[in-house]
Amino acid sequence: MTVTVVDLGVGNLPNVVRAFRRLGADVQVVSQAREVAGARCLVLPGVGAAPPALRRLGETGLAGALRQAVENGAWLLGICLGHQLLFEELTEFGVHRGLGFLSGVVSPLPAGVRVPHMGWARVELTRRGFRSLDGKWFYFVHSFAAQASPEDEAAVVEHEGLRLCAAAQRGRVVGVQFHPEKSGEAGARFLREFLERAS
Amino acid sequence: MGAFRVVPCLDVDRGRVVKGVRFQDLRTMGDPVALAQRYRDEGADELVFLDISATVEGRETMRWVVGQVAEVLDIPFCVGGGVRTVEDARKLLAAGADKVAVNSAAVANPELLSQLAALLGSQSVVLAVDARRAPWGFEVVTHGGTVPTGRDVVSWVQEGVERGAGELLLTSIDRDGTGQGFDVELLAAVRKAVSVPIVASGGGTLPEHFVAAFQAGADAGLAASIFHQQQMTVADLKRRLAAAGVPVRWEEAWG
Repeated sequence: MTVTVVDLGVGNLPNVVRAFRRLGADVQVVSQAREVAGARCLVLPGVGAAPPALRRLGETGLAGALRQAVENGAWLLGICLGHQLLFEELTEFGVHRGLGFLSGVVSPLPAGVRVPHMGWARVELTRRGFRSLDGKWFYFVHSFAAQASPEDEAAVVEHEGLRLCAAAQRGRVVGVQFHPEKSGEAGARFLREFLERAS
Repeated sequence: MGAFRVVPCLDVDRGRVVKGVRFQDLRTMGDPVALAQRYRDEGADELVFLDISATVEGRETMRWVVGQVAEVLDIPFCVGGGVRTVEDARKLLAAGADKVAVNSAAVANPELLSQLAALLGSQSVVLAVDARRAPWGFEVVTHGGTVPTGRDVVSWVQEGVERGAGELLLTSIDRDGTGQGFDVELLAAVRKAVSVPIVASGGGTLPEHFVAAFQAGADAGLAASIFHQQQMTVADLKRRLAAAGVPVRWEEAWG
């Protein structure tokens, strides 16, 4: 299985690559639109700010290439910032249009809760989907969160009384707010399940 | 709800894990990569590596160690010790660390915290504070517990968090290596002052010490010797914490 990891130039890409390699996958890191065209299994990682990442997706033509690849049958997994980029709209230093694969908006965690939401938390499935997520602990680090539409929301996590989107899915497009590459055995099980679906 | 984290700490000197009492009398404990893997398999939630090498050569070795650890470790880890500049921190993150801890250099130049947070993000910036009891409260000490600064711990952590530190690694020098338990008064005083996660450090050896740290408002408890000397595995500790009502991450595989 070849996993195509899209390099947006924003953080933590090597650890995502290592995680897939540990599972025995061939990993290809790409940064050009044309390199995405034939991919079957795409991963969009990211840590950091949304505006530069969105700019990069637009300028490089990667946004269109990802859309085309998914239309052609590829699976796409967004991780952390990559998950947030999959939604329709992001509010971070202004309002920005996202990739629009998932319906919903991304906004800052509300005032009054600890930001960033950092640490291990238990994820709860809200619909049938990735069984490896259900009731397991995953590692989160984020200051923004998606509010997925009910039909796209796949799993939630509780943070100081808030119910936050932990995972979302529409067809072959999957987003997870947590870091599977930093979530020990549970993270590895989720990535394995994703690879099984995608192959 | 978030889990209380159990964090084994590895003091690394020239590529080897060592442990001393009150930062003195170092003994070699083993290979950092092998120990990191063992703690991960026992259920550690995060690891902290403190580079205590005094030489440039030792620092180079540390970056290599960080890279090796990142290859095998799939839980978060923080690296501290001798981080003086934004460039030092950037290199450690590039080698695979998730967070960097700064201590003495931040006290000498608080602006460093602002620069680190702006460039690397608060989630990657840990302010390590070594605290010692003083007649007037808790005093910040630097350089491995050797240099008193006259600064008040509470006001220093408030400044550090305002400048962008995303987490505190709070060590009681009085308790470090004594096994007498974390300084819960120190933890409570800092908890009242800031809302970022606090990693309690110094003196924790028994499950009840970790329970007390949790009750005092700590988000994590750090220890070294108890794990290195196998007095208690991480899984044993977490089982005891869970029984005492502390929320902990648990995987069946840890037994």
